[in-house]
Amino acid sequence: MGILEVKNVGKRFGGLQALGDVNLSVAENSVHAIIGPNGAGKSTLLNCLVGKLIPDTGSVMFDGQSVLGRKPFEINQMGISRVFQTPEIFGELSVLENMLIPCFAKRDGSFNLSAFTNMLSDKEMVERAQHMLEEMNMAGKHAMNAAALSRGDKRRLEIGMCLSQEPRLLLLDEPTAGMARADTNNTIDLLKQISDERDITIAIIEHDMHVVFSLAERITVLAQGTPLVEDTPDNIKGHPKVREAYLGETQDAA
Amino acid sequence: MLKLNKRDTLLFVIVTAMVLLAPFILNPFPQGSSMAQMFNAGYPDLMQRFVIFGILVIGFNILFGLTGYLSFGHAAFLGIGSYAAVWMFKLLSMNIIPALILSMIVAGIFSLAIGYVSLRRSGIYFSILTLAFAQMSYNLAYSVLGNPSSSYNLTNGETGLQLLLDDPRVLDGAAAANGSLPVTNLFGLAMRDSYNLEVGGWLFTFNVGYYLAGIIMLISFYISIRIFRSPFGMMLRAVKSNQQRMNYTGLNTKPYTLAAFVISGMYAGLAGGLLSSMDPLAGAERMHWTASGEIVIMAILGGVGTLIGPIVGAGFNEYFKNILSKINDGILHQWLSFLPDGLENFIVGILHYFVGKGWHLTLGLLFMMVIIFLPGGLVEGGQRVANMFKRKKTDDESDSNNTPAE
Repeated sequence: MGILEVKNVGKRFGGLQALGDVNLSVAENSVHAIIGPNGAGKSTLLNCLVGKLIPDTGSVMFDGQSVLGRKPFEINQMGISRVFQTPEIFGELSVLENMLIPCFAKRDGSFNLSAFTNMLSDKEMVERAQHMLEEMNMAGKHAMNAAALSRGDKRRLEIGMCLSQEPRLLLLDEPTAGMARADTNNTIDLLKQISDERDITIAIIEHDMHVVFSLAERITVLAQGTPLVEDTPDNIKGHPKVREAYLGETQDAA
Repeated sequence: MLKLNKRDTLLFVIVTAMVLLAPFILNPFPQGSSMAQMFNAGYPDLMQRFVIFGILVIGFNILFGLTGYLSFGHAAFLGIGSYAAVWMFKLLSMNIIPALILSMIVAGIFSLAIGYVSLRRSGIYFSILTLAFAQMSYNLAYSVLGNPSSSYNLTNGETGLQLLLDDPRVLDGAAAANGSLPVTNLFGLAMRDSYNLEVGGWLFTFNVGYYLAGIIMLISFYISIRIFRSPFGMMLRAVKSNQQRMNYTGLNTKPYTLAAFVISGMYAGLAGGLLSSMDPLAGAERMHWTASGEIVIMAILGGVGTLIGPIVGAGFNEYFKNILSKINDGILHQWLSFLPDGLENFIVGILHYFVGKGWHLTLGLLFMMVIIFLPGGLVEGGQRVANMFKRKKTDDESDSNNTPAE
């Protein structure tokens, strides 16, 4: 029994069957990658996991509890954090404040009307945020506006923000999309380190095969809204069905 | 001091000094001089407006400045507060304390209801919803609930709600000892009482109502500083910055925005109650959409999202409105008498449209100039001047002041 159990999930947008009949089990403390050609339903599946979309059929269980019908903030409070394709951070706020917000959200819950305490004199929170910034190698940038960070730093900050909540499941949506090779490799190293050092399950949606084969312990290949195969990276590499799915896509595109 | 950091303490001390010394600061010219007639602003009525509108815009800034939700209907809460206060004067007592408390409570209830509905949308749709609610309130006050012949005449329509000699006033009786209408007071201290101090040619007026409103403004300002520096304030800024990230960080944005809306609505109610305390007459025009627009203008003039901006914006707006509407053709001729007659008449003919009743035009131009050249409002102007001086002083030293703007 995995920490995340997706059973018979289907989602239709008008005439388009985005997800057919998806079954997926992500084992605890593993790194699980979901790959597939464009339009395979990867993002739809992810959105069903975090509460942005509600599937038409099937069930999604996280740690024995259903996530269906819950709002994104409630699902996050259950222990699922999400990293976006383009880093979603608080651009107008300082880097330290960016890191403080998830710390407060973890401790104080989804709403807290503490309008008369000074946030910077909350030692516990500030120390936690600074510790996390150090772990992300960003301690020197704590006073900067987050919008002024480089693309790679924004990604690190976003991952750090997610980690500071100590999630049990970290979902990443194409975390290296649009990155230079060096930044991509840095991100791979960071994710490897995270998965080695922490009790955390990572589910990653990715286009870049280099990233997938360096990180994943198990891979699910999605095509046209249904899982084709699920196996270890070594077996996936030479799998005929996978090649067919990807080659088929290039023919269509041409 | 007061649990504020150094910079905030300094800011608070400066504002406190300005409020307490305003009768001096606003009267730089000796009594009776022509400059005094034009530019002195140290009389009670205007000074009261400075601080009361300061309170209003400080509250508005907690909503608009922090969360970015632009309410176009805040005058509704000002009007509701005014009516609530006058009703308290009519029914209970001329003491302003119960009136102010009721005006805050009633404005709070209204803003809870209006905010709950309006905050289902964001951006322009939110603004339009608040505008619609404010105009509904205005029309309710102006006609529906203000028919003097009906039994539910809550607002007395066009005439405005005013005190009458046959009001019950349960606690202090209907009329004052001499049979006239009683005056608003704080435990016997009448709001309209003033102490005049003559020094040389100068006349300084210390008005009870002004100082009371000023102290309440300082308290409001202090609370707003605390909110800005609290985790709650940080969450409000996060709402403005990225709601998507907030939702995926386990934070529910709705109660945050609603709390900000209610807080700013209560500030507006308090300001409305104070307006009625200074002059116990409440009219529907206070809720008109142009009044809401003026609040937005004051906030933007001063500097949205800054601590001191709202006070600066409210003061600037009220001051220039007052001066510009006082200038007439006669005064213009007097000023330009050094020019040849033909030219003088020509220039006065043009300026005629920008002063007196045309004050809107000048204020509009000033507003446009601020928006274009100082998008951060007058506060940004002040910061630029301060930076110029700093740069001159430190000249070659490394430019390491990368601290975010206040």
